[in-house]
Amino acid sequence: MGKLFAVVVTAITLVSAAIFAMHVWWLPPDISRLGAGIDHQLSETMVAAGVLFVLAQLALAGFVWRSADSTRPIRRFPGGATPMVLLATALVGVEILVLTFVGTKVWGRIFLAPAAPGALHVDVQAEQFAFYFRYAGPDGTFGGAHPEMIDEAATNFFGLDPANDTTARDDVVAATLAIPVNREVALTLRAKDVSHAFYVPDLRIQQDFVPGLVVPLHFTATQTGKFEIVCTQLCGLGHYNMRAYVEVMTPEAFDQWLIDQAP
Amino acid sequence: MPERPANPGGHAPEAVERVPAHGHAAPRGFLRTHVFSVDHKVIGKQYLDLALLAVVIGMVLSWLMRLHLGWPKAAIPGLGALSAGGAPGGVMTPEYYLSLMTMHGTIMVFFVLTTAPFAGFGNFLLPIQVGAEDMAFPRLNMMSFWVTFLAFLVLIAAFFVPEGPPLSGWTAYAPLSAVGRDAGPGQGLGQTLWAASIGIFCIGQLLGSLNFITTTLDLRAKGMSLARMPFSTWAWFTTSIIGLIAFSVLLPACVLLILDRVAGTSFFVPAGLVISDRLQPHAGGSPLLWQHLFWFFGHPEVYIAILPGFGIVSHILPAFTRKPLLGPRVVIACFIAIGFLSYAVWGHHMFVSGMNPFSATLFSVPTLVITIPATIVTLLWIGSVYGARLRLTTAALFCLGFVSVFVSGGISGFFLAQPSIDIYLHATYFVVAHFHFVMGVAAMFGIFAGAYFWFPKIYGRMMNERLGKWHFALTFIGVYCIFMPMHYLGLAGNVRRYSEFTDDYLQPLIPLHRFITIAALFTGAVQLLFFVNLFWSRFRGPRASANPWEATSLEWSTSSPPPVDNFGGRRPVVEHGPNEYGVSGPTGDYLMQAAPESGRPT
Repeated sequence: MGKLFAVVVTAITLVSAAIFAMHVWWLPPDISRLGAGIDHQLSETMVAAGVLFVLAQLALAGFVWRSADSTRPIRRFPGGATPMVLLATALVGVEILVLTFVGTKVWGRIFLAPAAPGALHVDVQAEQFAFYFRYAGPDGTFGGAHPEMIDEAATNFFGLDPANDTTARDDVVAATLAIPVNREVALTLRAKDVSHAFYVPDLRIQQDFVPGLVVPLHFTATQTGKFEIVCTQLCGLGHYNMRAYVEVMTPEAFDQWLIDQAP
Repeated sequence: MPERPANPGGHAPEAVERVPAHGHAAPRGFLRTHVFSVDHKVIGKQYLDLALLAVVIGMVLSWLMRLHLGWPKAAIPGLGALSAGGAPGGVMTPEYYLSLMTMHGTIMVFFVLTTAPFAGFGNFLLPIQVGAEDMAFPRLNMMSFWVTFLAFLVLIAAFFVPEGPPLSGWTAYAPLSAVGRDAGPGQGLGQTLWAASIGIFCIGQLLGSLNFITTTLDLRAKGMSLARMPFSTWAWFTTSIIGLIAFSVLLPACVLLILDRVAGTSFFVPAGLVISDRLQPHAGGSPLLWQHLFWFFGHPEVYIAILPGFGIVSHILPAFTRKPLLGPRVVIACFIAIGFLSYAVWGHHMFVSGMNPFSATLFSVPTLVITIPATIVTLLWIGSVYGARLRLTTAALFCLGFVSVFVSGGISGFFLAQPSIDIYLHATYFVVAHFHFVMGVAAMFGIFAGAYFWFPKIYGRMMNERLGKWHFALTFIGVYCIFMPMHYLGLAGNVRRYSEFTDDYLQPLIPLHRFITIAALFTGAVQLLFFVNLFWSRFRGPRASANPWEATSLEWSTSSPPPVDNFGGRRPVVEHGPNEYGVSGPTGDYLMQAAPESGRPT
């Protein structure tokens, strides 16, 4: 039984680790300027954690295997508890903490640094169970959003007041997030009803919409194409079906798209 | 295989302190003996039975969810009869999926992972392990169980209200949980019942925690210094301190949530929300406040679920390695360190929640620091197996399995503790894999180890070892087949809490989901072996001696099952620590805590 346990633990460990190492299931290709930092951080952690995982499991399996032999005398671990304490502190305390401090830079570039001055501003509203995207239009200014004026039937998703608010009249509202490639995009996230989240695996970006707050988020797409935006914050019965697309276009195609969408 | 017959002998000679038996005459009448009993042993068994009932419900819910995830259009036989609205024709609606998910999480976290390892085993064993006759406050103890049972009934009632159970997950994030019916079916009365149930549960656990702390500090037998307390006692003691703080925050949070729902307050709901085309009559609240309050409880709760497992494994392992646990003082120091640090890490659930991004580092560093004591304890368990002469009983196997699954679950924590990686992995199946391994499976393995180990003490009969080993082997392989692939799903960006995978990029992952579903059904079915063993052994198992495992702590110095006052009118006098294995004692290679002789190392 002891040897069987050791064999099973070893087999599980090696198969699990191999599937990780061979990237049988893995992240989609990164299409963002800052995503490489996350991928690098993930790979480094995968190596560090993978080594710990395999060593710990194999040590357990090995010790159980040896102890199945009843002729061996009972022995204490050489050096007692001290080597284990030192090992844990060295491996986890130093290695992983250093990794985290390096990762703080990646986090900082994504969430602490402000968006570049020339970024394209898009106002995003999440609601049960859709995303809407608003561009400022030719005047470069967003009209005010008034929740009490939201009227889904009249497609006034943001609660704009074009009758009294001149800046709102040229605002472009779309159900797809169209953006130009290689230009920073600065989103402002607002929730109409409950919490939602903006997650684009290909862009390596995720952020909650918080009712009552306007949350900033910025990123730069480096490849054209169509990618899925999914909601990752449980928002009700249609949560699983709440999605939109981000369409990354050439700058020319984007300018034309914006003109085509004008109200 | 170096196994020993399970019944090597009776009592070891022991030192006793004669005390007048006070107050603990055997109760009379069925109700006083078995139902409204103030005996901590009966209450412990009641908690374990409640957990058993809850885990069956929770597990069946997980099967239904897994079936739906693998084959969303398939009708599940019988489900239509159970809930005509939630599953017309047996095919569950998206909202019913979320309801089942919410109930699964709530039942498992509160009524299984808190009640069984902490309240159940703790109640039965802590007073005996410290050499007390009962808990410090037996009546409060009885109340704590019945309040918890009431909480369970209130939660289950949510299944039977017209709109069905709540669907906002076990975390019940506001405003979804705070605005009532407008937010969707189940968010009406069902969600109110949820909040009431959890609030009531908090009261029960606060009473229990107070009792554990007082009993540990005040009722220890002569000679039972803190340093001589068994590891399991230390773990329950630490857990009860964590629980006292954690539940006293969740309780008011639930009260505030109920007030938002029924009294028109706005603790968690800001102004200007339009839900179901209705401008909500709230202003001034903060959804993040709920998240902070919930996770200030929620993360320590993870340790409430797993620390008793730490204690159980540290307690049981030496009895089967026949050598002392490595670094006993270090292990206890790590328990305490984990207890303290568990209060400094809650924000790692909220890296992308919209809280100030500067605070990510503040929560990330303690999260990684807390892995140091956890890693130390894990390595000490592994080191304790080195050079052992293992008696591979089922309890020992579940301890070794615990170490393996805890390593697997702990490792993924290194990823999620880093805010930069969490941006990608947050809310994916990687997180589901992590917390199921570390607080679900590992805690369950701790419970199983405790069950096989203490069953003889609790019921006076032995469990069937052959059945137990099959149970272990199939469960061990099964849980890896269920939860390891969830890491791969998470890496591929598969988000959690989806009732169906309609997104293009998720389509290729559906076969992996089906594999997990089959593994979950298989592993669930395997648990029948445990239930059969439990019920058969309870009535038909061979009689157990006082100390069938040749263990050292005080519960093995008294009969199996123990008399009403635990030690039959005597109080043990403690002469040794609990870690005296591999010595030459009067009855073998161990020294019982109450044995007067001093041991010589072999």
